[in-house]
Amino acid sequence: MPTASQISMVPVVVDDDKCIADKGCRTCIDVCPLDVLWINEETGKAHMKYDECWYCMPCEADCPTDAVTVNIPYLLS
Amino acid sequence: MAIPDDIKVMDVDVLVIGGGTAGPMAAVTAKEKNPDASVMLLEKANVKRSGAISMGMDGLNNAVVPGHSTPEDYVKEITIANDGILLQKGVMAYAQRSYSMIQKLDKWGVYFQKDETGEFDMKKVHHLGTYVLPMPEGHNVKKILYRRLRRHRVKVENRYQAIRLLKDEAGVVSGCIALGTRDAEVIVVRAKAVIMCSGAAGRIGLPASGYLFGTYENPSNCGDGHSMAYHVGAELTGLECYQINPLLKDYNGPACAYVTGPLGGYTANAKGDRFIECDYWSGQMMMEFYNELQGGNGPVFLKLDHLAEETIQEIEHVLHTNERPSRGRFHDGRGTDYRTKMVEMHISEIGFCAGHSASGVWINEKGETSVPGLYGAGDMASIPHSYMLGAFVYGEICGENAVEFARERDVPKLDEDYIIAERDRILAPLKRTDGIPPSQFEYKVRRLVNDYLQPPKVSKKMDIGLARIRAMENDIPYLYARDPHELLRANEAQHIFDCAQMAAVASLYRQESRWGLYHNYVDHPETDNENWFCHVQLFKGENDNMTCRKREVEPYVVELDDEEKNAYQQLRVQAG
Repeated sequence: MPTASQISMVPVVVDDDKCIADKGCRTCIDVCPLDVLWINEETGKAHMKYDECWYCMPCEADCPTDAVTVNIPYLLS
Repeated sequence: MAIPDDIKVMDVDVLVIGGGTAGPMAAVTAKEKNPDASVMLLEKANVKRSGAISMGMDGLNNAVVPGHSTPEDYVKEITIANDGILLQKGVMAYAQRSYSMIQKLDKWGVYFQKDETGEFDMKKVHHLGTYVLPMPEGHNVKKILYRRLRRHRVKVENRYQAIRLLKDEAGVVSGCIALGTRDAEVIVVRAKAVIMCSGAAGRIGLPASGYLFGTYENPSNCGDGHSMAYHVGAELTGLECYQINPLLKDYNGPACAYVTGPLGGYTANAKGDRFIECDYWSGQMMMEFYNELQGGNGPVFLKLDHLAEETIQEIEHVLHTNERPSRGRFHDGRGTDYRTKMVEMHISEIGFCAGHSASGVWINEKGETSVPGLYGAGDMASIPHSYMLGAFVYGEICGENAVEFARERDVPKLDEDYIIAERDRILAPLKRTDGIPPSQFEYKVRRLVNDYLQPPKVSKKMDIGLARIRAMENDIPYLYARDPHELLRANEAQHIFDCAQMAAVASLYRQESRWGLYHNYVDHPETDNENWFCHVQLFKGENDNMTCRKREVEPYVVELDDEEKNAYQQLRVQAG
C-alpha cells in the first residue's frame, strides 16, 4: 500500500541560537515523555521531530539555556 | 532452542514496569525491604519526567488524616462514590496507610500545605468527609522520587516499552519482553516477580479536538499494562466503569475543582448558576455535568470571576505551575482571564483509570493480580479512586510483597519459542516497505470508540463498534513503521486496539446502568442490584476469546446506613 507524507505545524519551538545540543546537551530530549524531540542531523540542535505533544513542559522547564518554548498545539489552541 | 544472540537477556529479582508514581515507590520499597535483591525499573520514557505527575501535582485528593477523617469514613465515602461495587478491603488497606505515606513523603521533602499551627491544611471537597490537602509547591515530586531511586541503587532502564509478560510452565510470571524505543532493540528481562505500574489507558477515546495526543491522561499511558495483563491471562475488572472527567474544553486538562473549590470557585452552567452540590468526581456527578452540557443551560463553565484579586492570583500560581502548567498559556492564547470570563469546560474522552474511577487490572489488598508473581499498582490497578497517594501506597504494598515472593523463588525458565515468535511479531512493522502508518490505525480505532462506545451506551451501537474494531485485526499485518519511534507507536496502537475491544465487551456484558454516566446503558436504564451487584471480570477465555464473568463483591468491612448509601444520588442542586 503506497503512502504519502503530510506536514504539520509543531508546538515545541527550539531557539537554535540558544540551544547547546551541539555541545552535547540532551536535557529536553531526555525528559520528553513522548520522545518526540530529537537532534536535527543538519544543525546539531534539538527539534521536534514528531507532532505528538502533550504540552506538558518538562522540555521547557528543564532546558538550561531557556531555548525551548512549548506552544499549545494548533488543533486545540 | 536457545535464545538468539540479538535478544539481550537481563536477570533481576524484581522487575517494576513503569517509572511514574507507583513504580518508583515500589522499586524503592523493594530495595528497602531487601537491599540484597536486584530491582529494575523499566520505563518507556525517562523516570525523571514520566507518568501522570511529570510536572508534579497540585494536591492530594484522598488524604486520610487523623482529626479530619478515619479510614472507616474514607472507605464509606468511596463505597458510596463507587455505587457499592468495590473491594473494600483494598480501599481499607490504602486508607490505613494513607497518613503514614503522607508523613513519609513529607520527610522526603514533598511540600504539603500547612496551617499556622504547622498542621496539614485540610480542605473539604468530597460529599461527606474532608480529604483534600493542597500542594501549591508540588512541582518537585518527581525529583524527590528520582533521588530515592539513586540512593537505593535501583537499576533504571529508560526508553524501553514493555510489550508482553512472560510466564513459566507453572503459570508464574517470569519477566517481560520489551522494545527499545529509540533503536528497536528487543530485550528480555527475566524476573522472579513483576510489578506493573504502567498507568491509565488514556488513549482509547479520541479527544474532541481530534489531536491524538491531546488526551486527558499523559498519552504515554496508553494501556500497555492492560494489554499485557490480558495476554498473560490476568483478570481485569470494572472496565465498563469508564473514566470520564470534567476538564477545560480543548485543553483537555483538569479544571481543578479540587484546587479552586476550597477557594470559592465552582462548576456553573451558562447562566453562572451552580447545578451540582459537590465537585468531587463520581459517575453521578459526571451524569449531571453531561446533562447540563447537552441541555439548554449548557455549556458548563469553571466560575472564578466572582473571586477577589488575591484569590485569583493564588489559583493562577497553583494551576499554572503544577501538574499541567501550560494551562495559563492556553488561556492567554484565547484571551481568557479568570477575573472576567468563566472558563468553558467539557468532558474527556473515555479511558480506564483506577485513579479516578474503578477500571483496571484486578488486584487485591496485597497488590496481587490473579496471576502468581504479578503485582499491580497505581492508575492501572483496580483499587478505585486511588489518585496519586493511592499509587504511592500500593506501590509500597507491592514492593514489600513482590520482594518477598522473589526471595522464595528460583530463577525461572524462559519459553524460547514464545520469545522468538514475539520478537518477530513486535518487529514486523519495521520490516515492511509500505503499509498502514500507526497514526492512521490508531486514529481509526479511537474514532470508532467515540462513535460507538461512549455513553450513552446502546447495545446495537456497541455491537457495530465491536465488530468494526475487531475487523481491524486484518489490518495489523499491514502496519508499517519507518523508524524505531514509529515502531513504538505501532505497538502502542495494538494495545489501544486491545483496550477498545475490552471497553465494548465489558460494557455489553453488564446489562444494567450504574455509576451515572460511566455506565449509562440506555437499553438497561435502571440499576439492577439483584442481578448486577457484582464485579465484571474480563479475561482471555477458551480459544483466546475475550470473556467476562461475574465476581461477587466480598463482604464489607465497613457497613453503610441507608442514608449514606444514597448520598451520591442527590447531587443536583434542588430548585428553590
